[in-house]
Amino acid sequence: MSARAPSATLLHGALIAPAAAFFLAFWLLPMVRLVGVGASGPLGVSAYWAVLTNANYFRSLIYTLSLSAIVTLATLVISTIAGLFLERNRFPGRSLLVATLTFPLAFPGVVVGFLIILLCGRQGVIGDLTKWLTGEKLVLAYSLSGLFLGYLYFSIPRVILTVMAAAEKLDHALVEAARTLGASPWQIMRDVTLPALTPALISSGAICFATSVGAFGTAFTLATNITVLPMVIYGEFTNYANFPIAAALSIVLGVVTWVVLAAARSLAGNTVAAAA
Amino acid sequence: MKRSPGFYAQLVFTLLVCAFLVVPMVLSIAAGVTTNYFVGIKSGLTLKWVFEVWELYSKTIFLSLGIAIACVACTAAIGVPAAYVLARRQGRMTRLIEELIVLPVAVPGLATALALIQFWGPLAQFRTSWSFILVGHVVFTLPFMVRPVLALMLTGGLRDLEEAAATLGAGFAQRFFTVVLPNVKGGVLAGALMVLTLSVGEFNITWMLHTPLTMTLPVGLADSYASMRLEIGSAYTIIFFLIIIPLLLAMQYWNNMTSMDKRKGGAS
Repeated sequence: MSARAPSATLLHGALIAPAAAFFLAFWLLPMVRLVGVGASGPLGVSAYWAVLTNANYFRSLIYTLSLSAIVTLATLVISTIAGLFLERNRFPGRSLLVATLTFPLAFPGVVVGFLIILLCGRQGVIGDLTKWLTGEKLVLAYSLSGLFLGYLYFSIPRVILTVMAAAEKLDHALVEAARTLGASPWQIMRDVTLPALTPALISSGAICFATSVGAFGTAFTLATNITVLPMVIYGEFTNYANFPIAAALSIVLGVVTWVVLAAARSLAGNTVAAAA
Repeated sequence: MKRSPGFYAQLVFTLLVCAFLVVPMVLSIAAGVTTNYFVGIKSGLTLKWVFEVWELYSKTIFLSLGIAIACVACTAAIGVPAAYVLARRQGRMTRLIEELIVLPVAVPGLATALALIQFWGPLAQFRTSWSFILVGHVVFTLPFMVRPVLALMLTGGLRDLEEAAATLGAGFAQRFFTVVLPNVKGGVLAGALMVLTLSVGEFNITWMLHTPLTMTLPVGLADSYASMRLEIGSAYTIIFFLIIIPLLLAMQYWNNMTSMDKRKGGAS
């Protein structure tokens, strides 16, 4: 009965055709062409190496990758503490806390940049607070720390939700068993809870890293002197009309994020398999 | 129940994290209704900035909502049938397709936008219309429609139900609309809410694709942050919050409902 008649193949083909055609026309083919455009400039194929050989591009690549790595690390630590706490404890106001933690999930990068300016820009509250406390106005928004805070702002909600979902599935019998066997809370954390959360932390960490590497709106609004790679690409495209370099750099950026996500998936997948 | 000191330490930490996220939002709401933010609240409260934003930027709000609704329609129209095929034919080919359609989410929006501009840019009429932005939003949001629908289509009973309907003589169209769709409508709704939210907030792709005549809400926000006074940017942000936060609450509510259903289902 479930043997596939040729008519089923035809039907399935017809059902998937619109999505396939759309994807081909508006993403895959344009992307393939972009790879070619990257090699079409005066530099030829070596445009793809420019990100390593050109001192300016290389510097912003390093800025982008290290900023994203530090943000990812900080986000994982913060979100694990807060996420585990919210999942394990029930108290009045908890659901309000969870709701507010998830709001920034849908804020575009530009809004996050603006919020950071309100927090610690020239007229920000942190500036007022520090001026009142020490007499010196602390303005972080337009420096590397401003970018860091902005990236942290849009990363925390994503990771907290994943941590909470993973903690919900945690086997409580294991925790109970460890406790009966005399394990201290720290030992339970190190030997039971964290290993169980590892796949979720790896995959959400990878998403956080990839999002940070490609983030454009926040840096755009903060208009810092720290040029992260997406800002360089934007500059090459709009200010210098240097299409080949913009294309090559964005392909490189795309490959970096894709590799990180693919690696994390195979890594997290293996851990899941090992735990099962 | 007695709380340990550890509980309070973690509570304070979590509250600090919340404050980091919420305080700037409160600040922007306050700034949007303050007569002069540099003077402070004592300069008085006003709605004049909100009205001014409405005059300057209401077009961007309607364009964003229109694009978002069109985006839901497009992703549902092409995504739901595609999810059906992916569910029925689990193989190398369908796995490859599943991998491919998430690529626009994995690579930075800037790359997608550049690719679209250099490929379709020569078609000036398309390039300057709002459908150019719509196309970018559809490729970016498609996986968020396909994923929840596919998950529901893969759950046990649906295939049997469909085969039963087929044995009773129902043609494909009848089966699809009266058996398959009603059973996955929860996934379609979850996907639709996600697609709406993402489309309304999309900036990275849209900033490159827009023209002065096709400004969406986030593009308008960026424009106001760069060129208008702080109060106007803040008032505009309030309007953005008013649109996006109900969507997020609806999404949360729906997810809670379905996960409760699942728990009930697991217990019975």
